[in-house]
Amino acid sequence: MSDTIKITIDGRTISGQRGQTIMVAADAAGIYIPRLCAHKDLTPYGGCRLCTVMVNGRAQSACTQPITEGMVVEHDTAQLRDLRAGLIEMLFVEGNHYCPFCEKSGNCELQAMAYRFGVMAPRYGYMFPKRDIDMSHPDVYLDQNRCILCARCARASREIDGKGIFDFVGRGPHRHISPGEAGLGATNLAATDAAAGICPVGSLMKKRIGFAIPIGQREYDHRPIGTDVDRGRA
Amino acid sequence: MGDDLQKTIENVCSRYGKVRGRMMDVVRDVHAAVGSLSPAATELIARAMGVRTVEVESVVSFYAFFSDRPKGKFVIRLCNDVIDQLSGVHRVAQAFREELGIDFGQTTADGLFTLEWTPCIGMCDQAPAALVNEKVMTWLSSDQAREIIGTLRRTGDIDKVRHTLGSGNNSHRLVRSMVSNNIRRRGPVVFADLPAGQALHKAISMSPVEVVKQIKNSRLRGRGGAGFPAGMKWEFTRASEGAEKYVLCNADEGEPGTFKDRVILTECPDLLFEGMAIAGYAIGARHGILYLRGEYEYLRAFLESVLEARRQKKLLGQGILGKDGFDFDVRIQMGAGAYVCGEESALISSCEGRRGDPKNRPPFPAQRGYLGFPTSINNVETFCAAARVLDEGAAWFAEIGTKESAGTKLFSISGDCQAPGVYELPFGVTLRELIDAAGGSDVVAAQVGGPSGQMVGRADFERKLSYEDLATGGAVMVFGPGRDLLEIVRGMTEFFVDESCGYCTPCRVGNRLLLQGVNKVLAGHAEEKDLADLEALGQMVKTASRCGLGQTSPNPVLTTLRSFRPEYQRRLGQFPAGRQPTFDLHKAVLDAEAIAGRPSIHHNA
Repeated sequence: MSDTIKITIDGRTISGQRGQTIMVAADAAGIYIPRLCAHKDLTPYGGCRLCTVMVNGRAQSACTQPITEGMVVEHDTAQLRDLRAGLIEMLFVEGNHYCPFCEKSGNCELQAMAYRFGVMAPRYGYMFPKRDIDMSHPDVYLDQNRCILCARCARASREIDGKGIFDFVGRGPHRHISPGEAGLGATNLAATDAAAGICPVGSLMKKRIGFAIPIGQREYDHRPIGTDVDRGRA
Repeated sequence: MGDDLQKTIENVCSRYGKVRGRMMDVVRDVHAAVGSLSPAATELIARAMGVRTVEVESVVSFYAFFSDRPKGKFVIRLCNDVIDQLSGVHRVAQAFREELGIDFGQTTADGLFTLEWTPCIGMCDQAPAALVNEKVMTWLSSDQAREIIGTLRRTGDIDKVRHTLGSGNNSHRLVRSMVSNNIRRRGPVVFADLPAGQALHKAISMSPVEVVKQIKNSRLRGRGGAGFPAGMKWEFTRASEGAEKYVLCNADEGEPGTFKDRVILTECPDLLFEGMAIAGYAIGARHGILYLRGEYEYLRAFLESVLEARRQKKLLGQGILGKDGFDFDVRIQMGAGAYVCGEESALISSCEGRRGDPKNRPPFPAQRGYLGFPTSINNVETFCAAARVLDEGAAWFAEIGTKESAGTKLFSISGDCQAPGVYELPFGVTLRELIDAAGGSDVVAAQVGGPSGQMVGRADFERKLSYEDLATGGAVMVFGPGRDLLEIVRGMTEFFVDESCGYCTPCRVGNRLLLQGVNKVLAGHAEEKDLADLEALGQMVKTASRCGLGQTSPNPVLTTLRSFRPEYQRRLGQFPAGRQPTFDLHKAVLDAEAIAGRPSIHHNA
């Protein structure tokens, strides 16, 4: 049994290794599949669903689906582009995202993804939820307004830092990330932890480094998110 | 008090060997012992179990039956599903409100009563119904609601509430419930006698591989709704490598309108456990778990006694029926009020003592399931059918039903019909035949398969109930003329909003947006374009959701838009271009004035 597997993505044949996910194989081939919860250093989560692709006609998340020989993947279709834009818009209306004065602006993956998809205004109405901000930790704060429930901090804390500080509490619309009832200040989170630096949005943020890099010179100010993969440099 | 709490929690945790995987049981028992899971209790549990406090909070906050605040001595959970609403639950609710002087979600000042709504408790054939602690109260009227409160106030004893014991084993000394079975049709598979052990005897006279082959040849498919071939599931689980293997029974029937498993659990538990043991033999599993929904707590002691009796008869335990090396036993895992746990991977999460988030697949449970071991999860009815297959033979079973759907099916029918209840009929029976059997002479619409199924009109009544045509896990809710289908759709969509685990974006957010859309139509604020938007949104949620809940939750909206579009169209408004009917200028000004703390200039508001 060969360990090299051939699949097609939008008609293009690429090869990957047995055990790889569609996303990893696509990255290596220079095909960028959009993602927010997926991160190269973390186990796949499959929560944001932005990487939804059609596999042999069935929707699957590219970050969790392993490749199999001869798999036919549809990725950059009109239907899936609209679906992904819709999911991005859902995340915008679900929380409170104040891009113009958010410290994360320009480095924010949600904002960058919206630009990549040409989202100007969401098709859905804003929900304006009332959410908490936890400032109890000396070096890090947690702003629930911007959280997109991607679980990156929870996974990083468990898998990389070995601390398991975060978990989800509540169900459905009430689900939110939590460092425990006692707050962030009661945990052993350090600003140097992987968890503290892995948030894709402006939710889990380090204190006192705001605007160190001016707006206009940030990660996504001049090139769309995913450009590194697009250029085949992943 | 602090010391008492610590002692109680220490005892409970020790009872389960402080095993992380038994967190559900720990949390349940502590909740039962001290009435709530306060931050102090949660922290003590975490310390005793050697986990972070947030891990315990994560579990506690997921399940509707766990509370972090003290509740009344009597918690009244009134069922608000669609059928209960059609059966006058609002009058009952009003009686409870008046009698207690509180609203839903509140506790009386004397700490005696808490009043709550709950989704379907599996009693649609005897609605309106409620749970008072774990006791089921059926066919409620407003007078009875007052009487229940009066008796509880006077005696403080739930057993003093006047009630007639229900049929069959509902009168058993370990059940003593007023629930009725309402078995209206008995078929040859589930509701036929089978002496305990007879099918198991036949099974162990064959090799495990032959047993799997029998199930495959019978063409038995999963009875929970998805219809996956049971034999294949067993074969995959058998073929997977693992130091242990598990047989899980999904008795978490939470699909509103479904109550057939409740009747099986009450009347045919031996047949069910026989099927589980046969599965254990076929797969090579030593352990079985019955995941019983929290709402069916009242059946637990009875089911435990059935398990014990089977151990005595050597039908469970070590060396079953004297066969060396055939060891199999079953434990009951209680749920705690979460519909999504009926999804098989969420059910596994819950059995593992975690919040009921579904898992990513692959790996499938047959490869890596409960605690990472190969696991076969089947529906209650599927195990019963499997036992019958072993007794009567695969060919006998395959003769019943249709080509793609062998055997009989239990249908739970409720709503606008004369004889709601459970019907065991061969697959392939038409929807019309089922409705006629139940005396639904003026039915105009039927929700087949519960909210996650589809709403069909008379044009579809000749269709066959089967996997190849109109598929259903068994729930059929029927509606007569004069019922507002859009209100029904709203109720079902609200249910999915509440029951979504919230893990993935489309289900967590999309269902709320669907509900907003339905409300917009109901308020008369929608235009033709809104209907197209609703359809697009529904498709998006179906396509992108991570598990079966989100993949089916738009069905009430989508299937009624298809079959009953005039119900929507008659409520559409005509608005001049650019006008937003959802924006109420007058209210916006009032809100702004309130926020600014100014007296209103709109005197005639």
